[in-house]
Amino acid sequence: MKKHTISILVENKFGALNRIVGLFSARGYNIDSISVGTSEDDSVARVTIVSKGDDDIIEQIIKQLNKLVDVTKVVDLTYDSFVERELVLVKVSANRNTRPELMQISEIFRSKIIDISQRSITIEATGSEQKVDAMIKMLAPFGIKEIARTGRVALKREFEGAV
Amino acid sequence: MSTNEMTGAEIFVKCLMEENVEYIFGYPGGAVIGVYDAMHDMSDIKHILTRHEQGAVHAAEGYAKATGKVGVVIVTSGPGATNTVTGIADAHMDSVPLVVFTGQVATNLIGNDAFQEADIIGITRSITKHNFLVKDVRDLAWTIKAAFYIASTGRPGPVVVDMPKDVMASATSFSYPKEIKLRGYRPFYFGHMGQINKAVEIINSSKKPVLYVGGGVINSNASKEVYNLAKKLNAPVAMTLMGLGSMPGDDRLSLGMLGMHGTWYSNTAVDQCDCLIAIGARFDDRVTGNPQTFSPNSRKVHIDIDPSQISKNVKVDVPIVGDVRHVLERLTPLVHSLETTDWLEQIDRWKNEHPLRYESGPEIRAQYIIEKIYELTDGEAVVTADVGQNQMWAAQFYKFKNPRSFLTSGGLGTMGFSFPASIGAAFGVTDRPVFSINGDGGIQMNIQELTTAVGNKLPIKIIVLDNGYLGMVRQWQDLFYKKRYSHVSLGSNPDFAKIAEAFGAKGFVADKTEEVVPILKEALKINDRPVMIDFKTTNEDNVFPMIPSGRAVAQMIDYPKSVEELKMSNSRVEAAK
Repeated sequence: MKKHTISILVENKFGALNRIVGLFSARGYNIDSISVGTSEDDSVARVTIVSKGDDDIIEQIIKQLNKLVDVTKVVDLTYDSFVERELVLVKVSANRNTRPELMQISEIFRSKIIDISQRSITIEATGSEQKVDAMIKMLAPFGIKEIARTGRVALKREFEGAV
Repeated sequence: MSTNEMTGAEIFVKCLMEENVEYIFGYPGGAVIGVYDAMHDMSDIKHILTRHEQGAVHAAEGYAKATGKVGVVIVTSGPGATNTVTGIADAHMDSVPLVVFTGQVATNLIGNDAFQEADIIGITRSITKHNFLVKDVRDLAWTIKAAFYIASTGRPGPVVVDMPKDVMASATSFSYPKEIKLRGYRPFYFGHMGQINKAVEIINSSKKPVLYVGGGVINSNASKEVYNLAKKLNAPVAMTLMGLGSMPGDDRLSLGMLGMHGTWYSNTAVDQCDCLIAIGARFDDRVTGNPQTFSPNSRKVHIDIDPSQISKNVKVDVPIVGDVRHVLERLTPLVHSLETTDWLEQIDRWKNEHPLRYESGPEIRAQYIIEKIYELTDGEAVVTADVGQNQMWAAQFYKFKNPRSFLTSGGLGTMGFSFPASIGAAFGVTDRPVFSINGDGGIQMNIQELTTAVGNKLPIKIIVLDNGYLGMVRQWQDLFYKKRYSHVSLGSNPDFAKIAEAFGAKGFVADKTEEVVPILKEALKINDRPVMIDFKTTNEDNVFPMIPSGRAVAQMIDYPKSVEELKMSNSRVEAAK
């Protein structure tokens, strides 16, 4: 089963997100991650959903999403070249001894330290899901206290040269 | 309020008039009392007071199915709204165009657990085509226009409009939009010409074609086009439960119904055909049985307006997304007349070898009653059926001549549908008799609507096939659960004829075969009130043919000629498990 990144434009109206999420639960489709925010047009929200399923299921998901009256556009980015990012905040246990190494790891992943205390630091990182996963793996031995991930956001890539 | 301003309630009435609504089925209450005040002065639109909100929705469904127009319902908030849920889900499954207006508590109380508050928008989200909460009276006219537009176009379905009490009391100027544009809703009607050409190629090379037609044909008023295609191709037509009436049941090309309780010959023809043309049908599990073995040797064409139905259950060779009527108008001229003499003769042999059958004797057989109703009404009646054995026998033994004549709950399988639906149908169709077929279980689920039918002098013939059991469940317990009849006996049934009389309807009761025809004739003469006939039928009759759930045509059980054969078919069922 392949992971698909589905980008949905939906009328920015009361209950619109609920229709999308409700469709996934009513039909037993799974959601790996979901992120929501306004798009270039204030009246339209962009929802990015990462879902797993075989081709038949994904085809049904796209068709069912298209049937929702408030949904104006559905694109399965998986078949295109696309850019994706995820933002994560990780609060890690830290003390005098471990802080320097944590800062090194943070630098290697080009992330930022946005909060610091005697017992912890909080790191902000953006990147692909794999990068975020890799960083979390590196931080795990230090003792992760809390994680907040936004889920994936994505747009179709317009650059046509070799990447 | 300035002179050219109107309240939400007045706008509501005005919008219904703009939509040419004839009937609105409903039940008043606190949250819609202002709307009902405005409705007091309506003259062109008739409000039909049902005795339960579920009855109102099924009546609106019956009206919509019989006429093709949008069924309209109004109920109050909270329990009024939640009582509509089963009917809305039913309309959603069977693609019935409905607009259901629900009252709602005032906007400042929403979310406060106010008296008679229910989140009906949340509750109905997954069982409507779309739903709206009107938060500002200035949006009301647009919303109502959009609701009717969405309900009646594309693949039809129910739309809920939730109207808070304060919104309906506040005022604004009224103008009704001429057209509605929705960025996210653009049903397409005309099939892709390239796909149509591919379908024509497959069809033209076929020697053993079958048309498999469903409710989409009824919804798009395409029965004439289906008839023309069938005649041109010399191809037999198998109909789904929802598609009955698409092709006259007495035509040589009609195979009757297919599926779990379809005719032997329709299921066998679909099994053996080399080209299956699915038209406005969705390969439902009650039709296909095991989808892996469904019509294994055919190339398949599928015409449907809803893209999500394409290749959902069964892979097809050529899908055509579009309105059935528009697509057939373009496809039929391109196909050749096919040489199918051998195929049709083969089918005639199957019809002779495996006709629909039943035992006869002094005890009344339900099948006999349906057959006699068919004969006495010449196949022209509007018939509603409930769910279960009564429904299957109605589908098998009444050979419908016209579309929009067999109204039943197919997808959801809602017991209690038949009788209130017949009320709506009787308002919509006044020049043909209306029969409501029921079991003794289902009739008790909405029997309160006798008041509505009596009050409106509707001459509905309410048939109760009274076998003292929840018959279809009993049949499954008989065939698959070693005759362990768990809670299916309706031994404490009331006297239905007396109930009818108490409501002011005419009641009959009969328990002998010879009484059936005289009573039906008597009933057909009564035109000023409903008639309820309690036919005491054979207790333990089963519906055959039957393809057990999830099985293939090879496992089909035909009507047993004798007890021996029934036992044999039981052991076949055991073996199939």
